[in-house]
Amino acid sequence: MADILQLLLAGLATGAIYALVAIGFTLLWQTSQTINFAQGEFVMLPAFFVLIGMSYFGMSFWPAVAVGAVVSVVVLGFLFKRLIVDPVIRHGVLPLVIATIGLAIFFKEAVREFYGADAQPFPPVVAAIDVTVFGVALAVQSLVVLAISIVAVAALQLFLNHTLTGRCMQASAQNPTVARLLGIPVERMILYTFLINAALVTLASILITPIYLAKFTNGEWLGLYAFIAAIVGGFNQVRGALVGGLLLGVIDNFAAAYLSSQYRMAIPLLILIVVILVRPQGLLGRVEERTV
Amino acid sequence: MRPARRPLMGIALALVFAFLLAAPFGFKPYGIFILSMWAVMTIAAIGLNLTLGYAGQVSLAQAAFVGIGAYITAYLTTRGWPFWSTYLLAGVSCFAIGWLLGYPALRVQHHYLAFVTLAFNTLIYLIFRNEEWLTGGIYGISNVPRPDVAGWSMNGPRQFYYFCLAHLALVSLATWWLIRSPWGRAFVALRENPVRALSLGVDTRRYTLMAFALGAGLGGISGALYAPLVQFVDPTPFALGLSLNLLLMVVVGGSGYFFGPFLGAMVAVLLPEWLRFTEGFYLMGYALLVMALMVLCPAGLLGLLDRWTKPAGKSAEISATRSEAAVQGEGAR
Repeated sequence: MADILQLLLAGLATGAIYALVAIGFTLLWQTSQTINFAQGEFVMLPAFFVLIGMSYFGMSFWPAVAVGAVVSVVVLGFLFKRLIVDPVIRHGVLPLVIATIGLAIFFKEAVREFYGADAQPFPPVVAAIDVTVFGVALAVQSLVVLAISIVAVAALQLFLNHTLTGRCMQASAQNPTVARLLGIPVERMILYTFLINAALVTLASILITPIYLAKFTNGEWLGLYAFIAAIVGGFNQVRGALVGGLLLGVIDNFAAAYLSSQYRMAIPLLILIVVILVRPQGLLGRVEERTV
Repeated sequence: MRPARRPLMGIALALVFAFLLAAPFGFKPYGIFILSMWAVMTIAAIGLNLTLGYAGQVSLAQAAFVGIGAYITAYLTTRGWPFWSTYLLAGVSCFAIGWLLGYPALRVQHHYLAFVTLAFNTLIYLIFRNEEWLTGGIYGISNVPRPDVAGWSMNGPRQFYYFCLAHLALVSLATWWLIRSPWGRAFVALRENPVRALSLGVDTRRYTLMAFALGAGLGGISGALYAPLVQFVDPTPFALGLSLNLLLMVVVGGSGYFFGPFLGAMVAVLLPEWLRFTEGFYLMGYALLVMALMVLCPAGLLGLLDRWTKPAGKSAEISATRSEAAVQGEGAR
């Protein structure tokens, strides 16, 4: 029983991080039809910005995090939109997929070339200690990660549903033409989603890197897990991505512990294939209207 | 192809062909190996170009088929099977698996299809890595023999290079014929407008599956050549990375252009070797090239060439981009 609780908590904690990444992914899709194949690298990179701040500029952890977050939001939000998405999206979705694959290679190689190929330790947000609750030792780190993620998602939901800007963003996502007619600055709303995505991946990066170390290849599997979480939950729903992420984290942890660590990755992939074939709109998603 | 460009095109082709035939005499064995690898990867990219470039179906699973072909060949030839039987088996099994992988494409399209094929590729990779009794796990299968052709041993690097080149020539001719046949036309119809194709009586279901199966079959053939070329098969080369790489080859060269995969494979396989002194910077440069191409001309390098050599406004695609740019310029003003 203690094992199961510990596994569940660890699964929920990593799942919450997947959910953050997946939510950013679905936001980009909803507002601008951007499929970001570099989303995993987007999570890998901010940790290196922080490490660069600490090792080259001698900053302590929190200032480095602050600077890293600003740099990430500018590079992964603003510059990504201006330099890649805006000029490519008019050619269609597939060229943008290819361009983001190129971007993923670029980030990966740049980190390897300029920072190194070895896995780097990354300071945790809180110390790695356990608390005992009803005789079960629970990792404080997992609890904190889960709490921070939930607060972040709740804040995002509040922003999207209960502020004027948030509702304008939703309107822009649902029907850009009508939104434009109503006087909503759609372009600006789309830019906001890119900035929000950059902030989400930065948060995910700072939460997940202490667990898995900072390595230039981290993006490969992180991106895959984010895709799976987004699709399983429902590609066009923030709620869906949250459920998908948590579900994925828990299933992944239990599969590794009880089924086979070698085939741990296979279970999320099988779930992905089944969901796409049986319920392509995802567990919580709406069916998207398709135009011919 | 427009008649005015034919002679130029012919001369260029003849030059390239002469170079490919003469190349082994000017290169060291490693250089010949890289050229053979180019031929093998081009075959896989031609297969993907059929699926993606002509039929418009996104596939991120081509590396899995190269892997399946390579493992079938390695496993059976090291157990004494003759090469040709394993070669056929590799092609036919990949064709069959590709046909099955096509079924999801009947239900979902675009990015969903990309994710299904991506998941398939990773699953196959896990099988290669974990089923040690079959694939040798991470240690792989070594000492894959090279075949004899009519009593001639293909063991030397030069002989095997010509062997690969001959296969590339055959595959090219077959593809050239295929895309000019009613099948090729049906593939293009499928890409351009599936609903319209269906209403014109094209059996889109069958052609979608066929596009996947043919692409996969060529992937298998490429794998069947890969195994005796490298003489060692392990899981790492067939991970998702190669699928993405093959996709980039097709798109960088020019997806939907016959010569696109040849050029794309050249950029992805040959250039890194010649630019080896640049080390990691080469891949960064390649990534920048890919992004710049997607911004300027998603039709790839051959599309760019088309744009330069053709008088302005001839191609529908160019005029479409132009008018779009004009509209956006208007908006900015």
